Amino acid sequence: MIGVVDYRAGNLTSVARALAYLGRECIVTSDPRILDGASHIIFPGVGAAGTAMANLREQGLDVWLRQWAAEGKPLLGICLGTQVIFEYSEEDDAGCLGIVPGTVRRFPGELQAGGQRLKVPHMGWNSVAFCIDHPVFSGLAEGAEFYFVHSYYPAPSAEGWVAGWTEYGIRFSAAVARGNLVAVQFHPEKSGRPGLTILENFCRWGGTYAQ
Amino acid sequence: MLSKRIIPCLDVRAGKLTKGIKFLGNIDIGDPVEAAREYYEQGADEIVFYDITASAEGRAIMIDVVRRVAERIFIPFSVGGGIRTVEDMRQVILAGAEKVSVNTEAVLNPGIITEGARAFGSQCIVLGMDVRKVGETQNTPSGYEMVIHGGRTATGIDALWWAAEAERLGAGEICLNSIDADGTQDGYEIDLTALISGRVRIPVIASGGAGRPEHLYDVLTRGQADAALVASMVHYRTYTITQIKTYLQDRGVKTRMRW
Repeated sequence: MIGVVDYRAGNLTSVARALAYLGRECIVTSDPRILDGASHIIFPGVGAAGTAMANLREQGLDVWLRQWAAEGKPLLGICLGTQVIFEYSEEDDAGCLGIVPGTVRRFPGELQAGGQRLKVPHMGWNSVAFCIDHPVFSGLAEGAEFYFVHSYYPAPSAEGWVAGWTEYGIRFSAAVARGNLVAVQFHPEKSGRPGLTILENFCRWGGTYAQ
Repeated sequence: MLSKRIIPCLDVRAGKLTKGIKFLGNIDIGDPVEAAREYYEQGADEIVFYDITASAEGRAIMIDVVRRVAERIFIPFSVGGGIRTVEDMRQVILAGAEKVSVNTEAVLNPGIITEGARAFGSQCIVLGMDVRKVGETQNTPSGYEMVIHGGRTATGIDALWWAAEAERLGAGEICLNSIDADGTQDGYEIDLTALISGRVRIPVIASGGAGRPEHLYDVLTRGQADAALVASMVHYRTYTITQIKTYLQDRGVKTRMRW
């Protein structure tokens, strides 16, 4: 069973619906005792880092998530979930979970590409150049695009943890992989077939990856 | 680089499409869920539903449509029409829509933009704008005026001012509809789109006037739009979404070509 962590960070029904479409049993809950029984954990979310961390602490989910990550079981971060996995976010000046060393930064104020002013949030479809062979990111067509909505981006401390790069005025890590953890800035549940492929791959993944 | 989005717009009344949509074999489809699925297969980047029903039963039917769409398509979609309160927004979002759009309601009660953004995040709140060209006046220095109630009521509010104000209030995106161009299939209002898109930092979806692929090319380049809404030109199967995207891609406008 796939556990989806509910910490009052936006609408989690779309993740649950995508899993249902893939024929995967899932439960959306904030109860650590129920989440303990899951084989895989998906940690989604939209909203702001400060509020997210406050909600996680209040529900004891911060401690629980660190422990799950340490036990080596498969963990997938999505969007805000991915961001709070790092040590610190510039959004709300928030201390985060610290599961992966690194920070989350705001896109610069004057983003440009090809002489055009870029808008923030980075909203819409963009491609991800996957740079490692990873079971969760296998079977994707080259140039596959994913749906993004965000104003902040993850910057892991070591480039070796970057699984895929995206260009938006700057180059940022849209996908991260480290041990039993994969984390994506885009929304696989809203990215059509390539997104469903990633979710399906994750559900089949045993949680091991040698760097 | 970000792709320009092509977004079909479906008008729904009491759970049925207001105009039948002809697909392969010219089968007329009245079910919005089937139509959405077809456009998803053609490579639509997002889908907009506009609910024309105002009654309570109509709303309940629409929520059911949203739920069924969310079970079958895995790209973002938004729902607009008759959303007056944060509770209305909540119902639509919980049923599975990514975004809600407010239009007349936002002009009459701008606070709904901020309340909605606080409750669900700015990325969920689309400001729908119906705009008419009136020429420069004291009230409308940009030459464009906001109209509401589906174009029936002039407001005296300057469209450029309102776009910036709505961004400040927390809108995450603007769907900009030109009343003058709407239904003509003669092309989008390029000047208006460039004016608004150049002023705000949030994405702008151009709407009204699409009849041929070159119209989309114009509004996504000179018009500086981030996305373009299409209706009749795809509903009557004059073009498929795939054909439009291929046309744009061949002319250097980046679109999502694999799905």
